[in-house]
Amino acid sequence: MIARLTIAERQIGLWLAGLVTLAGAALGIAGRNDVLGYHGLLITIFGAVVVVALLRNIDAPEPDESRLSEYYDDPIRFGIVLTMAWAVFGMFIGVWVSALLAWPELTFDAAWASFGRLRPAHTTGVIFGFGGNALIATSLHVVQRTSLARLPDQVSPWFVLLGYNLFCLLAVSGYFLGITQSKEYAEPEWYADIWLVIVWVVYFVLYIRTLARRKEPHIYVANWYYMAFILVVAVLHIVNNLAVPISLSSAKAYSLFSGVQDAMTQWWYGHNAVAFFLTAGFLGMMYYYLPKRAERPIYSYRISIISFWGITFFYMWAGSHHLHYTALPHWVQTLGMTFSIMLLVPSWASAGNALLTLNGAWHKVRDDATLRFMMVAAVFYGLSTFEGSFLAIRAVNSLSHYTDWTVGHVHAGALGWVAMITFGALYTLTPAMWKRERMYSNTLVEVHFWCAVIGTLIYVFAMWNSGIIQGLMWRTYNESGTLTYSFIESLVAMHPYYIARTVGGLFFLTGAVVGTYNIIMTIRHEPSLARHPAGKLAADGPLVAGE
Amino acid sequence: MDIGHDTLVAMAKSWGLFYLIALSIGVLVYTFWPGNRKRFARAKVSVLDKEDRPWR
Repeated sequence: MIARLTIAERQIGLWLAGLVTLAGAALGIAGRNDVLGYHGLLITIFGAVVVVALLRNIDAPEPDESRLSEYYDDPIRFGIVLTMAWAVFGMFIGVWVSALLAWPELTFDAAWASFGRLRPAHTTGVIFGFGGNALIATSLHVVQRTSLARLPDQVSPWFVLLGYNLFCLLAVSGYFLGITQSKEYAEPEWYADIWLVIVWVVYFVLYIRTLARRKEPHIYVANWYYMAFILVVAVLHIVNNLAVPISLSSAKAYSLFSGVQDAMTQWWYGHNAVAFFLTAGFLGMMYYYLPKRAERPIYSYRISIISFWGITFFYMWAGSHHLHYTALPHWVQTLGMTFSIMLLVPSWASAGNALLTLNGAWHKVRDDATLRFMMVAAVFYGLSTFEGSFLAIRAVNSLSHYTDWTVGHVHAGALGWVAMITFGALYTLTPAMWKRERMYSNTLVEVHFWCAVIGTLIYVFAMWNSGIIQGLMWRTYNESGTLTYSFIESLVAMHPYYIARTVGGLFFLTGAVVGTYNIIMTIRHEPSLARHPAGKLAADGPLVAGE
Repeated sequence: MDIGHDTLVAMAKSWGLFYLIALSIGVLVYTFWPGNRKRFARAKVSVLDKEDRPWR
């Protein structure tokens, strides 16, 4: 992989990795009396590993010019492997943290394994580690294929991919060390946040530069979704993480916001992270890989455009539904509720568009587990967006808020939609990236599919039951006007559901492990397609018409 | 200049509404503009192209 970088690119890489190493060392020395010291060390080691990897290949000859007549896919391949590694890690922690609720002794009396530290390690591992790497890898694939343009350079995609994973490592290791700024889904502290801004700006610029090289004037709609994901996540991340460190030698920083403004900023961030990280980006994935796999064009291109703008502009205002019955002004709560209900229109337009694309190709859905992953994803997208609009209604929220219903809703989206569409995309992408005819084992794809579906259903039904029971127990009054049930009684009532949830999660994790094995075996074992001479001829021959 | 709560509320309740309506109209016009029909039709089938080489 490194030998395919030009000598100049290897040198730039060396400079960048060297700078990161030095910055890490500086941070480590400055923060030697603080937990920051560990993170300085982690950054130093990360940078040094990249430096050593580059140095070992620094004398390799200049790569062949013929590389320019192919897409640049090395970072995508690396990204696929990282995606699955994070999936297994994040879902394993998820199963652990859910087991912790049923059997609290599973913390083993260790501070780092307490619920408050494992839980963000799970959410960051699956959302940012698994989801983020999947988005970066597929976006770099989709933007090249739909623009018919090779990535403009070979350094920045690596900077984005490795830099992003450094951020994820800082985040997760930080939780175990007790570093957090206590903002949900934005837990990492100031130095990690600044680093992510740098990485993200490079990502944005890389995407724009690739689009600028495109052949057709019109940009295919999947890219709009990916662009919205990149751009909006940058804005959200910067605003919500505005904070002042107590000193440059400490990991601790204090947010610029306080009180209800802090809560509103946080949930404007939090809900739009759902909207633009977990929805827009994955819709981009769907609008490319679903038609590709089904070998049918998307049902309606116009619907995809209208729902794009609907999702982009409605979601921005929906965040305040997280703050019903709080100190937030009533009209702001109502605004969030109204926009959440309106969101059902573009959401169902997208889900319907996906399902109507498959209409007429149901035999393919039946035979092909990969396509079935995407079909189930579209169904769960429709279900969880309906549920989301419903839960945002103030009266419903009074029952559901703070209960497991919310947890069930989130997982209907995260397992049913985000993970399913990702696995569908990865099973389409992996054989293409390693020039294989198909995955190593279609049976294992089938096994993964059923593990994922069964796991999701067990999980979601357990949480629906437990959430509604919880909500009802918390609001049941007796004749004298006091609460019928104590909190601990509601907790005891949850126990069987917590066990069921762990079983569901275990199914889902098993599926992910099977999928990882299948992907590794596809990479290692399936014989390559014969490098057909026809393809080579075409490359040398008349195909240079674009020049 | 002091931008208070009332100012923000007034802006959100008036201009916020108008710009969203204007935006919706703009999107619908763009989507159904007859001149765009051809490029949308081409984009729709473009992803099914089996060719796997960049033009540059």
